[in-house]
Amino acid sequence: MSVLSVKDLRLRFHLRHGVVHAVDSVSFSIERGETVGIVGESGCGKSVTFLSLLGLIPSPPGRIESGTAHFNGRDLLRCTTGQLRAIRGRHIAMIFQDPMSALNPYLRVGTQVMEPLRLHPSCSRREAWSRAVTALQNVGIPDAERRMRAYPHQLSGGLRQRVMIAMAMITGPQLLIADEPTTALDVTVQAQVLAVIKKAQQETGAAVALITHDMGIVAGTCDRVLVMYAGRIVESAGTDAIFYRPRHPYTKALLETLPAAHQPGQPLLNVPGRPPDLLGEIRGCPFAPRCPHVVDACRETPVSLQPVGDDHASACLRVQAGEI
Amino acid sequence: MLRFVLRRLLEFVPVFFIIVTLTFFLIRLAPGGPFAAERAVPEEVLKRLNEYYNLDAPLYVQYFDYLRDLAHGDLGPSFKKPTLTVSEWIALRFPVSLELGLYALGVALLIGLAAGFLAALRPNTATDHVPMSLAMAGICIPNFVLGPLLVLVFALWLEWFPVAGWDLQQDKVLPSITLGAAYAAYVARLSRAGMLEMLAQDFVRTARAKGVSETGVVLRHALWGGMQPVVTFLGPAAAGLLTGSFVVETIFQVPGLGREFIQAAFNRDYTMIMGTVLFYAGLILLFNLIVDIVQAWLDPRVRLS
Repeated sequence: MSVLSVKDLRLRFHLRHGVVHAVDSVSFSIERGETVGIVGESGCGKSVTFLSLLGLIPSPPGRIESGTAHFNGRDLLRCTTGQLRAIRGRHIAMIFQDPMSALNPYLRVGTQVMEPLRLHPSCSRREAWSRAVTALQNVGIPDAERRMRAYPHQLSGGLRQRVMIAMAMITGPQLLIADEPTTALDVTVQAQVLAVIKKAQQETGAAVALITHDMGIVAGTCDRVLVMYAGRIVESAGTDAIFYRPRHPYTKALLETLPAAHQPGQPLLNVPGRPPDLLGEIRGCPFAPRCPHVVDACRETPVSLQPVGDDHASACLRVQAGEI
Repeated sequence: MLRFVLRRLLEFVPVFFIIVTLTFFLIRLAPGGPFAAERAVPEEVLKRLNEYYNLDAPLYVQYFDYLRDLAHGDLGPSFKKPTLTVSEWIALRFPVSLELGLYALGVALLIGLAAGFLAALRPNTATDHVPMSLAMAGICIPNFVLGPLLVLVFALWLEWFPVAGWDLQQDKVLPSITLGAAYAAYVARLSRAGMLEMLAQDFVRTARAKGVSETGVVLRHALWGGMQPVVTFLGPAAAGLLTGSFVVETIFQVPGLGREFIQAAFNRDYTMIMGTVLFYAGLILLFNLIVDIVQAWLDPRVRLS
């Protein structure tokens, strides 16, 4: 059964110089306990999709134009701010990219880790304290008692991200949204942090939405992958299928750029061209201008994500038609 | 912490020395002297006066004499108001300015912070534009315009408050508002800017994602950082407020230190000028020290060293 089921989500930013189609007809679901990777270039709508589900997009300028997002039988997009606030931090928790700026520099670590507990279920200060200490120990922070009294700037980047994870997991949420949790960390710490997330997930049975642009991380941690481009999901499949049998030209192009796939002596590959401007409506396939397989129909016909195999969907017309 | 305070206090000594030296020679560069009057004083009298106050000695001798007395905490006699010494005059006038300054500070913080925070919570709406336009006006209108305007409306037309004086409690309302208005305007703009900056921080988004209410976001997460620009401004501003304002004290006939200071300058009352300047300098240094301590208390990343 899915924890989260999003259908036809459209989010636009109404700016002075035009309308940005940030998220366009996005549908997906996340099952209990699974880890779903959401990959794509910067600005493709990965983070914004999830922030909008939690009501964290400032409005104006952001506006959700259509869609439903069922979480535990409740449509997040139609919740009042009060209802959403009760879900945020308790049932859906979030980890952000840069643990330096995402933790409040003015408050002690303990205060911040305990805050979700103090906000949501009624629990005494002493109980919150001991649960927070346990939470810090669970994410592998040594000397947790002392760290509770420290300020964020006194901790290293890796420790700070562990604090973020402890803070997010302390209420035992059903869904953890990890928004590029390792981007700001160096490689050795990245692996540790991912392991900590994995462990926390196994202990609580939470589903994880892992937003990243690092295909390597996806390969190592995710059960399923959603590939996003220009505010849309262009391919959705199990991790193995994405890596070994990609069914969308954009996914193929992304995989070819991986340094691991690179032959020594050859220049590093990139995806030629640039992502489209999301200002204004895109007719046809948004990847058409950069696609090596493009035909005239791609530029004209509206595309949508369609099943192209077992648990595999692609938004490529030619793949859907069986041509490539 | 204690070491920091001690070291800063030690640093005051050379600063004071420079201020004393500069002031001492600068005021003597100004034309005229304490006993130069439009009505000619008989030569003999002038000579006796200069002799009595040691003004006939070479300048460097006067300077070192002054330093020696100062080292003993003696600011000397007032040349023009010899009934009291300079220290006694300051002790008499300062409490009045202090009281007025505290009220004005209260006005500035109460109105300024309230307006600033309200504006920051609803940016680019009427709750933002109206107080901020008023604040802009408050910064632009000088207190020698605001004071008489307030007197005109609230003392002469409405007769709610007295025109001037400093005896009754109701005497104190108009001067406090006049003095505090410009500071309230600055505090409003600074607290708005500070709060807006904090509310745009990533950690505020984290707090919202944790389910913190808007009130909690503002009070628990944004307030400390948002206050910082105000605190920085308040240090020197408080020193200025508490030592009195010549304009406000003159408009409302308040017997404070600000008026005394300007009168002393006009009168070339050398010792009185020196005394008030040093007192003012001391307060500014002290308040800056307090600001540093408060800032370290507000922001754990700031270290006192």
